[in-house]
Amino acid sequence: MEWKEEGEERPLSQRPEWSDVTPVPQDDGPNPVVPIAYKDDFTETMDYFRAVYFADERSLRSLHVTAEAIHMNAGNYTVWHFRRLILGALNADLHEELNFIKKVANGNPKNYQIWHHRRWVAEKLGSDATSKELDFTKKILSLDAKNYHAWSHRQWVLQELGGWEDELDYCKQLLEDDIFNNSAWNQRYFVITKSPFLGGLEAMRESEVNYTVGAIIAKPENESPWRYLRGLYKDDAQSWVNDPQVSSVCLTVLSAKRNTVFALSTLLDLLCHGFQPSQDFINAVDALKTPDLDQSDSNLATAVCSVLGHMDPMRVNYWAWRKNKLPAQTA
Amino acid sequence: MEGQIGDLEVEKHVQYILSVEKRKDNFESVVMEHLRMNGAYWGLTTLDLLGKLDMVDEDEIISWVMECQHESGGFGGNVGHDPHILYTLSAVQVLALFDKLNVLDIDKVSNYIAGLQNEDGSFSGDMWGEIDTRFSYIAICSLSLLQRLDKINVEKAVNYIVSCKNLDGGFGCTPGAESHAGQIFCCVSALALTGSLHHVDKDLLGWWLCERQVKSGALNGRPEKLPDVCYSWWVLSSLIMIDRAHWIDKEKLIKFILDCQDKENGGISDRPDDAVDVFHTYFGVAGLAHLEYPGLKAVDPAYALPVDVVNRIFFSR
Repeated sequence: MEWKEEGEERPLSQRPEWSDVTPVPQDDGPNPVVPIAYKDDFTETMDYFRAVYFADERSLRSLHVTAEAIHMNAGNYTVWHFRRLILGALNADLHEELNFIKKVANGNPKNYQIWHHRRWVAEKLGSDATSKELDFTKKILSLDAKNYHAWSHRQWVLQELGGWEDELDYCKQLLEDDIFNNSAWNQRYFVITKSPFLGGLEAMRESEVNYTVGAIIAKPENESPWRYLRGLYKDDAQSWVNDPQVSSVCLTVLSAKRNTVFALSTLLDLLCHGFQPSQDFINAVDALKTPDLDQSDSNLATAVCSVLGHMDPMRVNYWAWRKNKLPAQTA
Repeated sequence: MEGQIGDLEVEKHVQYILSVEKRKDNFESVVMEHLRMNGAYWGLTTLDLLGKLDMVDEDEIISWVMECQHESGGFGGNVGHDPHILYTLSAVQVLALFDKLNVLDIDKVSNYIAGLQNEDGSFSGDMWGEIDTRFSYIAICSLSLLQRLDKINVEKAVNYIVSCKNLDGGFGCTPGAESHAGQIFCCVSALALTGSLHHVDKDLLGWWLCERQVKSGALNGRPEKLPDVCYSWWVLSSLIMIDRAHWIDKEKLIKFILDCQDKENGGISDRPDDAVDVFHTYFGVAGLAHLEYPGLKAVDPAYALPVDVVNRIFFSR
């Protein structure tokens, strides 16, 4: 294991600096409901951990044994707790601690305890840690661009410590790597609404609509940009209905006749909000009807629901419900 | 056997849960030690849903559970572990399964949980201050089971959850965080248990949730992510609580869950042919219970306990 320091190959029971300690075995009770079998060296490490934990010994050797225990099982939250107490007692170098966490996180990127510990350290370091935290989350996201913990930590760093300047560019880069990355779309929304450098949602709306329309045209089956587009108008549904770019991207996708499900559902939503369709829309939807569907649906919204029920059979009940719920005057 | 729903290997799953894992090199067991309280909840609730809770030694379990309680009133994941809200809920749920909530000093446990509420209404997991809507759910669920919701500021708790609502109708772990089916379950349950479901846009969220169903009939947790059996619980419970469960294709989901079984050795995995574990076994069986698979007890979508256990708490005065 490459993390072991030199001279630490020997089991704990054979190291002179541990000779005064009696290891404490785990008390599992007589007939455990969730019985556990142990690896031998894990058992030994944990026995020594328990010894110093119960004795509340906050020393350097205790710090080392927590490191060993964590490398064997990063999920053991009691070990992490005790490690924090030791770090406090020793007034340890927290920048070193960031390095330790980095090593552990490489093997366990989705572990809650690691991320919480990282946050605890970063909180203590304050803005000294800003660029390290942005680098660290970036590194983790380069291995898994949707890691929920990494995104949560990154949002916390931005809000608490700053570093917003390059965040929109970062989102753009991630979306270039994978236009389907819903986490990156979420982060994009987070940035345009909260960054002190960008002027807020309304100021950003026009450029964001342009960007999103481009993403939709590239991959119309991508759920995220359709939702993002709607989100750009937040509580202002009327502006969303009235923006020619919104209805126009629906028409473009419908006319291409491929991956039309989200274009159809967006058109349905527009119609329900009072959108008045031109003949082009009626023709485009007509062209998507299959012979078995009712060709005489005079109502465009009803026709859209029928087509969706056919195209997206998994959700046939949803589309039937939408059809039932249509307001009487919908085009 | 075209069109026939497959079989749930009840006996095999029961044996899997009861089995003593003696293999020394089983690393899965090793990493479970500190969260055995969760494991006990998953295993025992599954047994109860299968009608086999009587196969375990109730007294031994209860005395072990109580050994995990601290001075503070909170429970650790195992004997000798620090208290945390996660294990406190599991302890309360395990005791509820055996109708033994009366062994608790209810005020002591409730005070521990209530003490974890922050000024903004959110909840910390423990004294170290991690905040997540998961903990909002846990606090509200446990206090509701203990009938001590009045110990927290419910209005602030609800406001915090609502602040985590996103434009797609979903919820994240903190304000601004991406909508995720697991977090949605937590937020929707917490709102349900506090009579606050009017804050949910049921149509919008219902659609987001039913879009989690992929071609195979399985459910994922976010757009463009891989499906996993556990979402059968998070997504389905959420849909049930907002009265939109009929928006997914139930038959296809049942088939997927059954395909995730290890039919030889018992247990259920995250997706077909992967290794099984107790966590996915519980969520697979509970998902099937929601889908009204024959022979399973009904399960409460908010409390994540059999309905008869919940009824016993609230209706047997």
